[in-house]
Amino acid sequence: MTSLPASTERSLGLVIDLDTCVGCHACVVSCKEWNTANYGAPLSDQDAYGAHPSGTFLNRVHSFEAVPETGGEVPRVVHFPRSCLHCADAPCVTVCPTGASYKRAEDGIVLVNEADCIGCGLCAWACPYGARELELAAGVMKKCTLCVDRIENPNIPEIDRQPACVRACPAGARHFGDLADPESPAAKLVAARGGFDLMPEQGTRPVNKYLPPREPVDLLAPLLDPLPQSAGGFLGWLDRALDRI
Amino acid sequence: MHPAPSIILFTTLSGLGFGLMAMLGLGAGKGEGWVAATFCALALGLAGAGLLASLFHLGQPRRFLKAFSQWRSSWLSREALLAVASLLVFGAYAALWSLAGLRLAALGLLAAALAVATVFATAMIYAQMKSVPRWRSPLTPAIFLFASLSGGALLAGETFPATVLLAALGVLQLADWLRGDGRFAAAGSTMATATGLGALGRLRLLEPPHTGPNYLLREMVHVVGRRHSRRLRLIGFTAAVLLPLALLAPGAPGHLTAGLAVLAHVAGMLVLRWLFFAEAEHVVGLYYGKR
Repeated sequence: MTSLPASTERSLGLVIDLDTCVGCHACVVSCKEWNTANYGAPLSDQDAYGAHPSGTFLNRVHSFEAVPETGGEVPRVVHFPRSCLHCADAPCVTVCPTGASYKRAEDGIVLVNEADCIGCGLCAWACPYGARELELAAGVMKKCTLCVDRIENPNIPEIDRQPACVRACPAGARHFGDLADPESPAAKLVAARGGFDLMPEQGTRPVNKYLPPREPVDLLAPLLDPLPQSAGGFLGWLDRALDRI
Repeated sequence: MHPAPSIILFTTLSGLGFGLMAMLGLGAGKGEGWVAATFCALALGLAGAGLLASLFHLGQPRRFLKAFSQWRSSWLSREALLAVASLLVFGAYAALWSLAGLRLAALGLLAAALAVATVFATAMIYAQMKSVPRWRSPLTPAIFLFASLSGGALLAGETFPATVLLAALGVLQLADWLRGDGRFAAAGSTMATATGLGALGRLRLLEPPHTGPNYLLREMVHVVGRRHSRRLRLIGFTAAVLLPLALLAPGAPGHLTAGLAVLAHVAGMLVLRWLFFAEAEHVVGLYYGKR
């Protein structure tokens, strides 16, 4: 049944820190690796070694440049990971004609039952965030599962029971937790840093939150001696002599 | 959005077929025996061919039966059920009419209602998409319905209804172009809302996430050919609406004139349907700096 649950017991999701993301794409690669080798149809590539390679990915990192309107300030580069936001009002779920797309009532994870998917692509159209990609080799829709086969997997070490992207991030820019529990570290982080929704005007009520970049702070500059503006000794004499020529 | 030939053929042909079903169900189309059978076969054939074309759009076409299950929530599922119901009810009506010379008005009315509902459900698949602001308008189902009914009236040889329906289709199409061009901006999604980074300043995409194309870009960020859209609008509108209207204007058209009107209309509708997809901008393009 592709109706959405009225509420979910938990709201598992990601908190992505745009301040600390360094744009290394480690989350992209680890996501592709885990989700190719484990649950569901592998994430195939087309023409992987040819002139026009393309492939299925569940996580992508865009890099944006922001030029301040005030002028004079240096433009800022922000790396921006984009994946499924596991929306409370997920439009991808309700459009599904077969019931393959669903949102789990217990933890809010949006999933695709690949055995029921006919690959019509309508859910990918309905998603404003481009979170779903049709798996061309298998003909079924793929999306982020929040690594359901890791987070509850008793066969892997406890430290690994989180999404592959979170585990892989070398900058600690990705956090996983229950966003419906205000006491969870992830929810506290959102509250402390002013976490926000993507495209709130679309009315999807995403579970995943993004943390804004902070004001740039140069920690070392105040501790260093200022650069000398004029030289003394031989170099000073040379400077003055060359000026006179 | 990517103008997939299978979907353009599906919406155009099945629209024509269901439009003809609605017209025949309402009592249009004179004749019995072979004439009736030809009319009905044309309606069923067009609708059936359109539905077959839609199967080519699926990644797993053999599982299509599952698409009948989610009618409570999904317009695509409703469309599938209504299409089959229309084909069955109209099939019964057609058999009684062409074989026994019996035109049951109530059965015809039911077939017509189901055919109209099918076209409405098809249109709602697109009109429900918040992610594609150009489609999200009551004008989308209105245009689909009038396109279907005017095509059906042309095929049924009902000159006066066809003229009225074509004129209405023309007005609706012009209104949709007039309003549709501003809907993306009016919906309020920008690169700033998509990333939440608007407070930092003017945004641009510095590096895309991948250097080649992907499913999202191929399917939802179609930009090829949009530069021809003005010319194609003129060509499509002339062929689908103006030419048939001009051909029917003298009244009492012969088979040749009516046939030409139908051909022009169908060719024009294919162009307009191509534009319906090619011109539609999906908000995901904002993440790729393509809007």
